[in-house]
Amino acid sequence: MPRFLSAVLLCLTTMAAQAGDAQIAVAANFSAPAKRIAEAFEHASGHKATLVTGATGKFHAQIVNGAPFDVLLAADDDTPAKLEREGHATGPRFTYAIGRLVLWSATPGLVDGDGAVLKRGSFRHIAVANPRLAPYGQAAMETLAALGLAERLRPRFVLGENIAQTHQFVASGNAELGFVALAQVTKDGRIGDGSGWIVPAQLHQPIRQDAVLLAHGRGNAAAKAFLEWLKGDDAKATIRSFGYDLP
Amino acid sequence: MPLSDADLAAIWLTLKLATLTTALLLVAGTPLAWWLARTAARWKGTVSAVVALPLVLPPTVLGFYLLVAMGPAGPLGKLTQAAGLGTLPFTFAGLVLASCLYSLPFVVQPLQNAFTAIPERLLEAAATLRASPLDTFFHVVVPLARPGFLTAAVLGFAHTVGEFGVVLMIGGNIPEKTRVVSVQIYDHVEALEYSQAHWLAGGMLVFSFVVLLALYTLNPAMRRQT
Repeated sequence: MPRFLSAVLLCLTTMAAQAGDAQIAVAANFSAPAKRIAEAFEHASGHKATLVTGATGKFHAQIVNGAPFDVLLAADDDTPAKLEREGHATGPRFTYAIGRLVLWSATPGLVDGDGAVLKRGSFRHIAVANPRLAPYGQAAMETLAALGLAERLRPRFVLGENIAQTHQFVASGNAELGFVALAQVTKDGRIGDGSGWIVPAQLHQPIRQDAVLLAHGRGNAAAKAFLEWLKGDDAKATIRSFGYDLP
Repeated sequence: MPLSDADLAAIWLTLKLATLTTALLLVAGTPLAWWLARTAARWKGTVSAVVALPLVLPPTVLGFYLLVAMGPAGPLGKLTQAAGLGTLPFTFAGLVLASCLYSLPFVVQPLQNAFTAIPERLLEAAATLRASPLDTFFHVVVPLARPGFLTAAVLGFAHTVGEFGVVLMIGGNIPEKTRVVSVQIYDHVEALEYSQAHWLAGGMLVFSFVVLLALYTLNPAMRRQT
């Protein structure tokens, strides 16, 4: 029995030496494309990429407190820069996607092609990601401010903790409409269900989403390979197909 | 003052929610607990299991199903819309309903235990003295079950104050309507405002400890057990 165990262990350790395992923390809005990119990456490289999705702010707190993530695909460019300043990330750091905001409703025909529904105000609740926590929420607030509607609509806000929860509020119909990430409602390059208005990019600061190699992943070949793969043509095509812009 | 106006509003809202929830649960939970303590019905087990469900279910399950059920396409949502009340998520009333479900076992189970411990012959004695069932309940059962009521009220209140997952799922984080203390703490932590988070979180810790300490030292029934 001990011999069998040691054989198994030997097997496992040699496997680990050849094909690495990278723990990737992924912002909630990028969860779907990340899954597809990781699959292609695993297939092509033989490495393993384990995805953990969540809010970028929470990832920051967890990474500072020693979470074993090798790579962070953030929803903003502040958090990766901050982690690097604090010594929890080593770089390389680069923008992997530029997020697009969409005003979306699960009801077909509710949201028109140029967002006039916001001025009509024929709804009880509008879901927005918490602007203190989520870059998409901040972009939504900038958009409403640019349209001069922020104060008027404030009493109807319901705030999601992150863009995934905001999407859930709208998808379940509890909020008639809301600002979500285009990637969440895109199917094959166009808005799948319901109705939506893709917010013109000049109405808010660009949502630059940065990736960074974390201190924990410094010696991890799989993590480095994943970041390289993320810059490659295959990944770029996937990212674009989900409605993101590229730098 | 280390607490902001938003923090104070969250504290006030939480106290309001917990007080209302506890009051409603004591009113609705007492007959339910009495029935569970005295009945020999075949589906007593089923009812007990349903009452205990919130103890073991993750709040996300409860919150998710409430969001769907109270939504415009859900059965509860259809009912409230037909009654002209609109839908319940993102409202204080919705939080009260959710909290009542979430804290139900914390009120019903202590009451049920207290009622079960009351000997049948005392009730029979009261009946032979021509006390009506209601008379018996208020003058024999309630005084005897007082420790049970105290435990039920304190646990129901404290557990509602500590509620987080359900509120996060159905609340929508609206100031003075659904932004309770636990959500406010979560926001502070997520926004990396650790010092504000500390004030609220520390306050919550002290509050919870004091409440439980009071329960365990003042309540004679608990004192005997410990």
